[in-house]
Amino acid sequence: MAEAPTIHVDIVSAEGELFSGPAAVVFAPASQGDLGIHPRHAPLLTLLKAGEVRVRTPDGEEHHFFVGGGALEVQPTRVTVLADTALRAKDIDEAAALAAKQRAEEALRDKAGHITIAEAQAELARAMAQLKVLQRLRKLRG
Amino acid sequence: MPGTKEIRSKIASVKSTQKITKAMQMVATSKMRRAQERMRLARPYAQKMRNVIGHLTEANPDYRHPFLMTREPKAVGIVVISTDRGLAGALNANVFKQTLMLMREWQGKGARVSLCLIGVKGLTFFRRLSVPILANVSHLGDKPHVKDLIGTVKVMLDAYRAGELDRLFLVNAQFVNTMTQKPAVERLLPIEALDTEALQEHWDYIYEPDAAGILDGLLMRYIESQVYRGAVENVASEMAARMVAMKAASDNAGKLITELQLIYNKARQAAITKELSEIVGGAAAV
Repeated sequence: MAEAPTIHVDIVSAEGELFSGPAAVVFAPASQGDLGIHPRHAPLLTLLKAGEVRVRTPDGEEHHFFVGGGALEVQPTRVTVLADTALRAKDIDEAAALAAKQRAEEALRDKAGHITIAEAQAELARAMAQLKVLQRLRKLRG
Repeated sequence: MPGTKEIRSKIASVKSTQKITKAMQMVATSKMRRAQERMRLARPYAQKMRNVIGHLTEANPDYRHPFLMTREPKAVGIVVISTDRGLAGALNANVFKQTLMLMREWQGKGARVSLCLIGVKGLTFFRRLSVPILANVSHLGDKPHVKDLIGTVKVMLDAYRAGELDRLFLVNAQFVNTMTQKPAVERLLPIEALDTEALQEHWDYIYEPDAAGILDGLLMRYIESQVYRGAVENVASEMAARMVAMKAASDNAGKLITELQLIYNKARQAAITKELSEIVGGAAAV
């Protein structure tokens, strides 16, 4: 076997595919420490932390990808990086959840007073529809 | 000549409206294509995720994650995705109708229903009802990002973990094709049986640090990616619906213009005839 073995790498995120192709070696920032994966690695599953995924292609070129976290799946002939597009940490997620809750509460609170633009638009649309009917009636009557 | 000037200005105003609707139609068309592309791009991630989760759950039958266990449905959560802006035909109305049906169905079974709303239109519609709204996010724009959805989804997942919800559904406008978008209901939690293909051969991963932690992280991301897909699909549907609505508006404006033009011509002709007969009458008097 003259050719050096390669491993197929897919880097995908929820918003799109970042990389797909053969590689000689892949480096990834696993949660327990950085990993270097060569072809014929044992099957492995681990979570990633924020950092850089490096892919070295068979012709020696290196590609760098920043991941906010995610998961890494290794099989003997292929590596899949399920990358997060967002930087995440427990407290960041917590803060985002809190903000989402607050928005809902606020929306419920000013149910009575306060008219939003969307509601005003809905009212306007209703009024315009009524006007149109009136005009049509008037036309019919002469 | 009564009216010709008014008719002319009316024609001009309808023409400018038509220009706007035509422009909106074209913008919606190009945005729809881009949204469809994003839908396509999201697919491999979800597919890969399903495979890995399927394998994980199959390889670790002793560990049961709460997201995979079916509980007696006492409380139901519904994530409703709607648009931020109007002028999209009956798109939102259909989604809301579907949601109301789903709510009634579960309320009929004696379950409590609470909502998670994504999009302005949903918020304005559902906050009139006396149903608890647990979380809300709006103004995601034409390019929703996972990062903007994490918090909202987390509220629902936390409620599920805490036992405050026993089912979680997602309602959004499904993009069938350019002409058809229909509301679709999908069960997010508990996760339905996953496709477990390559499990004939018995092999297992090395887990770092442990299977439970990884499974938890994966399941959370999987649900988020499902909601993200729903949001992107909803954008594609919104744009398609708007495109069709704006095309109809442009066509109607065109019809209105021809009608008005006809009336204008008649009025003009009548004025000329009247003027002529006046001249003739005047000449005869002399």
